[in-house]
Amino acid sequence: MPRTFRDLIAENRRKSAFLVVGFLAFFTITIYVFTLYATGADARAGLLPALGGLGLGAILAFFSYEAGAGAILAMSGAKPIKKEDDPQLFNVVEELSIAAGLPMPRVYLIDDTAMNAFATGRGPRNAVVAITKGLRDRLNREELQGVLAHEMSHVRNYDIRFAMLLAVMVGLLALLADGFRRWMWWGGGRRRSSRDGNAFMAVIAIFAILFSIVAPILGKLIQLAASREREYLADASAVELTRNPEGLASALEKLGKDQEVLEVANRATQHLYIVNPFKPFETRSRGLLSTHPPLDERIRRLRALEGVAERRSSPVVS
Amino acid sequence: MLGILIFLGLVVVVVMAAIGIYNSLVGLRQQVKSAWSQIDVQLKRRYDLIPNLVETVKGYAAHEKQTLERVIQARNAAVAAQGVAAQAQAENVLTGALRQLFAVAEAYPNLKANENFLQLQEELASTENRISFARQNYNDTAANYNTRAQSFPAVLFARMLGFMPAEFFEIQNMTEREAPKVAF
Repeated sequence: MPRTFRDLIAENRRKSAFLVVGFLAFFTITIYVFTLYATGADARAGLLPALGGLGLGAILAFFSYEAGAGAILAMSGAKPIKKEDDPQLFNVVEELSIAAGLPMPRVYLIDDTAMNAFATGRGPRNAVVAITKGLRDRLNREELQGVLAHEMSHVRNYDIRFAMLLAVMVGLLALLADGFRRWMWWGGGRRRSSRDGNAFMAVIAIFAILFSIVAPILGKLIQLAASREREYLADASAVELTRNPEGLASALEKLGKDQEVLEVANRATQHLYIVNPFKPFETRSRGLLSTHPPLDERIRRLRALEGVAERRSSPVVS
Repeated sequence: MLGILIFLGLVVVVVMAAIGIYNSLVGLRQQVKSAWSQIDVQLKRRYDLIPNLVETVKGYAAHEKQTLERVIQARNAAVAAQGVAAQAQAENVLTGALRQLFAVAEAYPNLKANENFLQLQEELASTENRISFARQNYNDTAANYNTRAQSFPAVLFARMLGFMPAEFFEIQNMTEREAPKVAF
């Protein structure tokens, strides 16, 4: 059965809920196991700290949901702009919000010459579209419409909610993992002599190992979030909004020629962007584990849609 | 006794389901209405922009009087038009007149460089897009509502409760093409 965007919304809501549950479970279980190993206590004594872990996880998850978009925008150096700053950009976004039947999202600009764009937020009522200055300046109206239609599709499908939660949670865990690794480094030299310290170190080591196991899993998750299908779908839904595949196709072509790396993007936020922000075109185009589908394939599929659009629009004689 | 309980249970389930369907139809019909009013909002936006545009062009191309007058007439006719068909007809005439005005403007480099004119041109281009996107969204919303109202079991009571099928907006020009079928 063909899936409508309503199915996609349901799926994204479900995935987001799973993500939060997984995040909470991770904190609870880690702290529980940690307590058992560290204190040698029985299984019961570990329950209270585990509850603490659940609480901590809940606070962080709440933060991710409520302030995630703000954190991502701050991390990317995106600044809000007003209609007077760029009337055309605002017009294009507003037109698309009419086409999609959604409220007008906020518009942010990233002051960077690299070409990229992303959307984030909890859902359509709390959405932000952000575009780099480099991309904004090099696209004509039609291409701009294509790119922003792609972003509006992510908004409409609730892709943004799942991607936002993932970005912030992964970011938080990476931060914690980093903290633990560093702690172990300098803690190691200091406490080598004391016996208490050794027990403490063992605990930290367990933590570090745990995080090093979790990290690749998170990486995999990121890839799932940015599954190629998701990007293809956003491209296709963009055409559903604009009825013009060529705008997005030609914008993607321009994006493909851009060799610049977007410095403000990082491992946690890479899946948000319309094209992979790290790699130059060759690898961007063909990486086996890339978070994005190859650009030339996306362009090819869009151009194939164009044929369909043209055939359908030919006048029907009745 | 048990039989009565089962019967009552069934009645409750059916009533709950009917209420659910009824409410979703009400919600969808509301969406159709607001999508329709969005079209009006955008049409009005265009009417409001036109006098400004005409004034600006007048300052640079005063002897294009005929073109300017045609635009004003078309605008006033569109404002006064009654009924969906007449309205659609008048809007088409207006779109044609505007297109001609912008074609004429090509011959006046000073006008084309005028900041105010460029701004109006962008706003009108955007308004054209908004109008066709609003129609497109109206049609999508209407199709969704109609599908729901005509599928079983809603079809049994939809008309009885006043859920009439929504009319579609006719596709008038190339910019309002039918949605390409997207395979998810």
